[in-house]
Amino acid sequence: MKLERIIQGRAYVLGDNVDTDQIIPAQHLTLNPAIPEEYRQFGRHALSGVPPAQGGLPKGHVPFHANDTDLVSGYQILVGGRNFGCGSSREHAPIALDAAGIKAVVAEFYARIFFRNSVNGGYIVPVETGERLCEKVCTGDELRLDLEACTAENLTTGEKYNLRPLGEVVPILEAGGLFPFARAQGMLPS
Amino acid sequence: MAGLTLTEKILARHAGKSSVEPGDNIWVDVDILMTHDVCGPGTIGIFHQNFGRQARVWDKDRLVIIPDHYIFTADKMANRNVDVLREFAREQDLPHYYDVGSERYKGVCHIALPEEGHTRPGEILLGTDSHTCTAGAFGEFATGVGNTDAGFVMGTGKTWLKVPPTLRFVFHGEMPPYLMAKDLILAVIGDIGCDGATYQSMEFDGEGVYALNIEERMTLCNMAIEAGGKNGIIAADQKTIDFVRSRDKAAKPFTVEKSDPDARFVREYVYDVRTLRPVVAKPHSPDNRAYVDECKGTRLDRAYIGSCTGGKMTDFRAAARILAGKQVKIDTFVVPATTEVARTLKTEKLNGHTLEEIFLNAGAKIGEASCAACLGGPSDTFGRLNQAIRCISTTNRNFPGRMGHKQAEVYLASPLTVAASALTGLITDPREFLA
Repeated sequence: MKLERIIQGRAYVLGDNVDTDQIIPAQHLTLNPAIPEEYRQFGRHALSGVPPAQGGLPKGHVPFHANDTDLVSGYQILVGGRNFGCGSSREHAPIALDAAGIKAVVAEFYARIFFRNSVNGGYIVPVETGERLCEKVCTGDELRLDLEACTAENLTTGEKYNLRPLGEVVPILEAGGLFPFARAQGMLPS
Repeated sequence: MAGLTLTEKILARHAGKSSVEPGDNIWVDVDILMTHDVCGPGTIGIFHQNFGRQARVWDKDRLVIIPDHYIFTADKMANRNVDVLREFAREQDLPHYYDVGSERYKGVCHIALPEEGHTRPGEILLGTDSHTCTAGAFGEFATGVGNTDAGFVMGTGKTWLKVPPTLRFVFHGEMPPYLMAKDLILAVIGDIGCDGATYQSMEFDGEGVYALNIEERMTLCNMAIEAGGKNGIIAADQKTIDFVRSRDKAAKPFTVEKSDPDARFVREYVYDVRTLRPVVAKPHSPDNRAYVDECKGTRLDRAYIGSCTGGKMTDFRAAARILAGKQVKIDTFVVPATTEVARTLKTEKLNGHTLEEIFLNAGAKIGEASCAACLGGPSDTFGRLNQAIRCISTTNRNFPGRMGHKQAEVYLASPLTVAASALTGLITDPREFLA
């Protein structure tokens, strides 16, 4: 995935400390993401470890997938609170979100390895915000992120929010991940 | 020029620089790359995709592959993943592959690495597992990475890192017999939160730390990631050097360093271990700290003693002191981290009985060396929480669903506290059983 300036889609809202076991429970790590069909299967299990009451805030108990067997979710943007993606180093976490059709996550800040994995593989765009969006946005709201202007607009309510600049990871996201970036920089033969 | 922290020194040297500052992005040479059965197949896929199906790894002496997560399971996909590792090790003629079903099989990678001589002071160790930070106990920079980073290292031997600022945790005083390293690190995580060290290095220092044996130091560093830390680290002393020399058959040279007296730490936390009490982390986060005396009497369904943080000989010696000659009241699962630990349980004795006899006589079940139920895994995993039950565990993480069922409740505690609680079926202060 190359970096898009505008990302628009329906929001699915989660809380603080959404860890990698909630994003992709460990029993599904037997799938090998290097095999395209198995990569797609991760989409079905994305967020299946979130306790029901904490899925789809503010109400909770909102399923991420319309049907249990769907690979792709009807939501394209995740909104979280603090420390999104904490826990294990499994790259399967951003892969599962990508496979489920998530384009970007907006959270207050990220656990280090999850952020790095998201950027390295070019799976999803991890955006930071200084605002507590997980208490302002409702699951199902239509969001429009402008990554250049560093703003988010809630098309459902008309509210506007500020995003933090992506900063030094922009060249890696623009290249489409660590390997294309390293090739473009001449660090690897193209 | 201000002095450097231990982490800054190691990173600077591996970047070919005399100095680095927190926030610098640097390219470093990696000494050891480790992967396992959960992230290895994906990493190998990325390596093949980017360097070619015929490519050779950058240095086969520096790549260590240790299957440990989903080993004793009938799950076909899990078994397939071990086959992928085996085939890759054969193709690449890897000397450091520890195959399932062979004499070489080890078990939990973070304990197998030092046992097999792959940890040395002053080195950079990357692993496709967040608890790779365990090896900071040997005075090296060790951190977890994903498949893409690992695939890149596999082909180039290099990675980019942002130099982290360092937090220092100083422990003074002599540890009371009822406390373990697990109590110290749960106290720290309770103080700073499970995001309190995000993007930062955690250096442990003070005579209270140097009095700990190597395994206890590993427990401290193991849980740096539970505070979001990039790495945990303890400068090497004579105990470290003696351990490393006794294990490294190749006798590779290494560099022993420590933080400069004028090194810049972002913040320093000072503890007196004599005043600490046994600690648990309540469900569902490692920073949900409570003292055992605040939640004693909480009814439990299961006790679990195992994992990289709680399945070493020091952990089982502690549990055996409490369990010897007594009977557990709840299902109690014992999982040695490695096959070496499992063998030692059969030979090492306390009051005339082997530790294995002590656990079996107490009514505990003993599993085979692996990660087992620490991270749930396939449904037939030994000790996995398949129902919404309440477990006290020596493992390191208790986010929802970590050990299996997402409504299960996991309390993290030291092996002493877990063993004492197993005897009563209630959260119990180990001081009640320590004469």
